[in-house]
Amino acid sequence: MSARRSFDPMRLGIYLLLILFAMLFLVPVYVMLVSSFKPFAEVQDLSRMWLPPKAPTLESFQAAWFGVPEKGLRGLSLNIFNSLKLTIPATIISSLLGSMNGYILSKWKFRGADLIFALMLFGMFIPYQSILIPLTRVIATIGLGGTIWGLILVHVVYGIPITTLIFRNYYAEVPTEMIEAARIDGAGIFKVYWKVLFPLSMPGFVVVIIWQFTSIWNEFLFAVTILQRPELQPITVALRNLAGSQIKEWNLVMAGTLIAAMPTLIIYIILGRYFIRGLLAGSVKG
Amino acid sequence: MASVTFDHVYKRFGDVVAVNDLSIEIADKEFLVFVGPSGCGKTTSLRLLAGLEEISEGNILIGDRVVNDVPPKDRYIAMVFQSYALYPHMSVFDNMAFGLKLRKTPKSEIEQRVKHAADILDIGHLLDRKPKQLSGGQRQRVAVGRAIVRQPAVFLFDEPLSNLDAKLRVQTRSQLTKLHHDLATTFIYVTHDQVEAMTMATRIAVMKDGILQQIDSPQHLYDYPTNVFVAGFIGSPSMNFFDATLVESDGKLEIHAGGFRLEVPEKKAEEWRPHKGREVIFGIRPEDIHSKQFTPPDILESDVVAKVDVTELMGNEIFLYLLTKDNKQFIARVDPRVRVSMGDDIELAINMANAHIFDPKTEMTLDAR
Repeated sequence: MSARRSFDPMRLGIYLLLILFAMLFLVPVYVMLVSSFKPFAEVQDLSRMWLPPKAPTLESFQAAWFGVPEKGLRGLSLNIFNSLKLTIPATIISSLLGSMNGYILSKWKFRGADLIFALMLFGMFIPYQSILIPLTRVIATIGLGGTIWGLILVHVVYGIPITTLIFRNYYAEVPTEMIEAARIDGAGIFKVYWKVLFPLSMPGFVVVIIWQFTSIWNEFLFAVTILQRPELQPITVALRNLAGSQIKEWNLVMAGTLIAAMPTLIIYIILGRYFIRGLLAGSVKG
Repeated sequence: MASVTFDHVYKRFGDVVAVNDLSIEIADKEFLVFVGPSGCGKTTSLRLLAGLEEISEGNILIGDRVVNDVPPKDRYIAMVFQSYALYPHMSVFDNMAFGLKLRKTPKSEIEQRVKHAADILDIGHLLDRKPKQLSGGQRQRVAVGRAIVRQPAVFLFDEPLSNLDAKLRVQTRSQLTKLHHDLATTFIYVTHDQVEAMTMATRIAVMKDGILQQIDSPQHLYDYPTNVFVAGFIGSPSMNFFDATLVESDGKLEIHAGGFRLEVPEKKAEEWRPHKGREVIFGIRPEDIHSKQFTPPDILESDVVAKVDVTELMGNEIFLYLLTKDNKQFIARVDPRVRVSMGDDIELAINMANAHIFDPKTEMTLDAR
C-alpha cells in the first residue's frame, strides 16, 4: 500500500462516466422536483423549465392531494389508500407463499420438485398483455371482478415465481443438517418452518418485500384493466387520470408523481441497507 | 435404551448402491462405531437409522419395533451432527430445550434436565449465549447436550469430532467414552478416523463400497482382520503388504517375496501349511518389525535385512521407511535407541506370530482363527 495517492487518469475517467450516468437519471427527477413547487403559470413558460421556482409553493401538492372539483380533477388522497390496501396484503401474502414454496423446494425435495420449480419460473416470463383477457374473465367468473381483492389475487399469483426463486436460493444456504436436527428433535414440516427457518428468514423477507412492494405499487396495466371504478383505483391509475385532462398542468402531475413515489422511497430508505446485505448473502453461519 | 437391528438393508440412489445388504445386530448399551473411507455408506447407514433417508429394501428395528416408516421424531433417537447444526437464533438453553418444548414437557422438568445435561458437559455458564458466541468445542458440547436432554433410546453421532482441532479431539474422545459409560445407552457413531473407532468402540463395523467388511471388537479387528482392506485400514501406520509365495523346502515353510525370503517358524507353519505352494499376500504391521538389536522377548522371530530409505524420529519410537532388495517400500516402527541413517542396511526381527496371509484373488484372510 502506498501512502501517497498518485493521480490516476483511468480512475478519473470512470468517475466522470459514473457522474454522467447519474445525471442522466437525476435530471428528470430534478425537473419533477422543481416543477412540483411551481405555480401553473410558471410551468407554462418552457424557457424556465430548468430553473428553480421563483417562489416555491405547495399549492400543486394541495391540488394533487385533494383534487380541484371545479376543474373536474379528483385528488389522489383516496387512491393512495387504495394502493396501500392493495399493496400491503398482496406483498405479505406473496412473500409468505414464496417463503413456504422456497422452503419446500429446497429442504423437502420431493420427486419432481425441480420440474415444478422450473414451471413456476416459467410464469415470470409470460408477458402480462398476452393473458390480460383470460385473466379478467377468470377474475370475473370467481366473483372478484372489479374489486381490490381481485387485483390482490392477480398480484399474489404473479408474484409467486419471483418470491419463490429468491427464497429458494436464500434457503439453499441454510445448512440442511439444521433442518434435520429439528426433525429429529420432534418438529414436523410446518414446525420446522415456523420455529427454525422463519426466524432466520428476515434478510430474505427484506429483499422480497422491497421487490414486491415496489413492483405492485408501480403496476399499472392489471390495475387499469381490472379496476374500472375510479374510487377503487390505485394511485398509478389515478395519476394517469390527473395527467389526462385537456390542459396538462405539469406542476400538478409532478406533485402527484412525487406523492405516488413517496411510499416506495420510504420503504427503500428503511429497508435498503438490509437489501444489499440480503441479496449478497443468506449468511446464517451458526 | 434399546437394541438396534439392520436386517438386510439396502439403500440405492439411482444406480448407486450406497448400502448393500447390511445386517448388524447392535446390543443395548453398545458403543458401535461405523468406520470406513468417504463414500463407504457409513453415514448413509446412520441416516437410514435416523429416518432422514428412506431405505430401499430390508428392515431397521429399534428395540423390537420395525421403524422403516416411522418419522425421525418418533424413533426415540437423538443425533449429533458434524456441523453441530445448532439453531443460530436460539440461546444455548433454548437449543437444548427445543426438543422437549416440542414434546410439551413441563417447564420445571425442562429446566431440570437442561441444567443436569449442562452440568455433565460443563456448559452451565453458557446457557444464555447464542451459538455464534461459542468456540468450536463449546458448540460441540451444546450439540451433545441437546441430544442428552432428550433421554433417547439411541444416540447417533455423525463425525462429531472432525471439526475440532487435534488436541481437543483427543480430550473429547475420552469424554465421550465416559459419557457412554455414565448414560448406559446405545451409542452409534460414524467416523472415517480409525483411531476414534479403536479408542471408543465396544465394536467396530468396517465398511467399504456400501458393504460391511467386518464387525468385531477393536482388539479382535486389529488381531484378526478378515481381509486386506480391513488389515490396511485399521492401524497406523498401515500394515505392510507383499506379493509372495508360500514355499516348503526341506520341511521348512518359507515366505518368498520379490525382495526377501522369510522363514516361517514352526509354530506358525502349522497354521499356514495347508496353503503351501500358493501365491499369497503377506501382511505384517510396522509394530511387528523390530530392529534385531532391540528384539523384544517372546516373539516368533524371523530375520531379514533391509535398506533404510527415510527415518522419522517420533521421540518415543522411530518410523523407518525401508526398502526391500527389489525396492519395495515398507514401514517399521522400531525402538528409539536404534541409530541408523539413510542408505544403511539394518537387520530386522519380524514377529511372525502376528503376520497374516491373504488370498491374492479374493483378498480374504487365509489365517486360521
